[in-house]
Amino acid sequence: MRHLIDPLDFTKEEVLDLLDLADDIANDRFRYGEVCRGKKLATLFYEPSTRTRLSFEAAMLNLGGSVLGFSTADSSSASKGESVADTIRVVSGYADICAMRHPKEGAPLVASRYARIPVINAGDGGHQHPTQTLTDLMTIRRRCGRLNNLTIGLCGDLKFGRTVHSLMKSLARFEGIRFIMISPEELRVPDYIRDEVLKAKGIPYREVETMEEVMPELDILYMTRVQRERFFNEEDYIRLKDTYVLDTQKLKAAKETMAVLHPLPRVNEIAGEVDDDPRAAYFEQAQNGVYVRMALIMKLLGLTL
Amino acid sequence: MLNIDSLETGIVIDHIKAGASMRVYKLLGLDKLDCCVAVIKNAKSSKFGRKDIIKIEGITDIDLDVLGFIDHNITVDIIREGKIVEKKKLVPPQYLKNVVRCKNPRCITSIEQGLDQIFQLHEVNGARQYRCIYCEQEYQSRQG
Repeated sequence: MRHLIDPLDFTKEEVLDLLDLADDIANDRFRYGEVCRGKKLATLFYEPSTRTRLSFEAAMLNLGGSVLGFSTADSSSASKGESVADTIRVVSGYADICAMRHPKEGAPLVASRYARIPVINAGDGGHQHPTQTLTDLMTIRRRCGRLNNLTIGLCGDLKFGRTVHSLMKSLARFEGIRFIMISPEELRVPDYIRDEVLKAKGIPYREVETMEEVMPELDILYMTRVQRERFFNEEDYIRLKDTYVLDTQKLKAAKETMAVLHPLPRVNEIAGEVDDDPRAAYFEQAQNGVYVRMALIMKLLGLTL
Repeated sequence: MLNIDSLETGIVIDHIKAGASMRVYKLLGLDKLDCCVAVIKNAKSSKFGRKDIIKIEGITDIDLDVLGFIDHNITVDIIREGKIVEKKKLVPPQYLKNVVRCKNPRCITSIEQGLDQIFQLHEVNGARQYRCIYCEQEYQSRQG
């Protein structure tokens, strides 16, 4: 039985196959409307996340399946002190597949060790978010037509931003990738990502503090939000939250073909005026998230059209 | 000069960094043994100046893997009938189970006390490090 806990759980070839399937679904999702008839997805969300949960639910409903679950720890038996291991053992008898989000890092891995159904990591603290990564890869490929030979700008919270870490690990498997990391010093990528992903694989990278100085070089600008819930100290959050704001003025220096991605929700790091620019790809990215999750559910359940 | 009899059957853990013997004693769970254990601190060493030694009498089948994690300079001799029958080569274990604890407050092990504390060996740019399998946080030796 397969799970998706870490973005590298799938080989590069498996990822490309999955993206091919997601593209096919995107072209005509109604053809897939009966694939999961009679199957149930459990969404075990120990912390609130409207977007990811709805995306998973939409994916399962699009496939003709049904969904059950909880959306905060308060409404689950975790509030009574039940362990993740016990919860997943029980849920394994209720559903065919599950998506878990948990504020603590490693919780979905724990679940996968006790589950009798496939477990999908829907985000564990500041650690990994592999389905966001698949979404990002799908969007990059659809926009740029490739996943190699790209200069990727990553901007904002690169320390706690799990989507960034997962994306870097995944893109590092493709040829000719170059990263430009734009962040204040306090929010730079953790050493282990720099050492293990970048230095160990000899991937070229630069760390800068302003987006203006690198804008013309970028094929992708991946914006992130500085997340309040990742800080223990409110003062640090307030000081850092408005460091980067992308607006149409800054976009003028960018390539016509550049794509702006954001895992959403945004707060104010992308000005509303950017939404009308053809380079804004973040709402399309959110839509792609449903297609790629449909493909993932099919793969983990071993279902085909 | 302190004298401790040589072993008939047992284990000699030698070349422990001076002052580290009690940590080894704890990590090997020697406090739970009923047999005779001698901890020698600050013994003279031609190699290191000072060293610690632990002698365990009567037992030869202790899981010593964790020693490779603590310090690869440590040597282990297995003694039977008064003779060294085996010199163990220490290699860092691939996994550490319930040897050290993850100190990352964001890790699932911080709230679920029943979980095994498991660290996996990683080689990064030639350097060895142990990382929590749940949150990937590196174990720092200053941690408990």
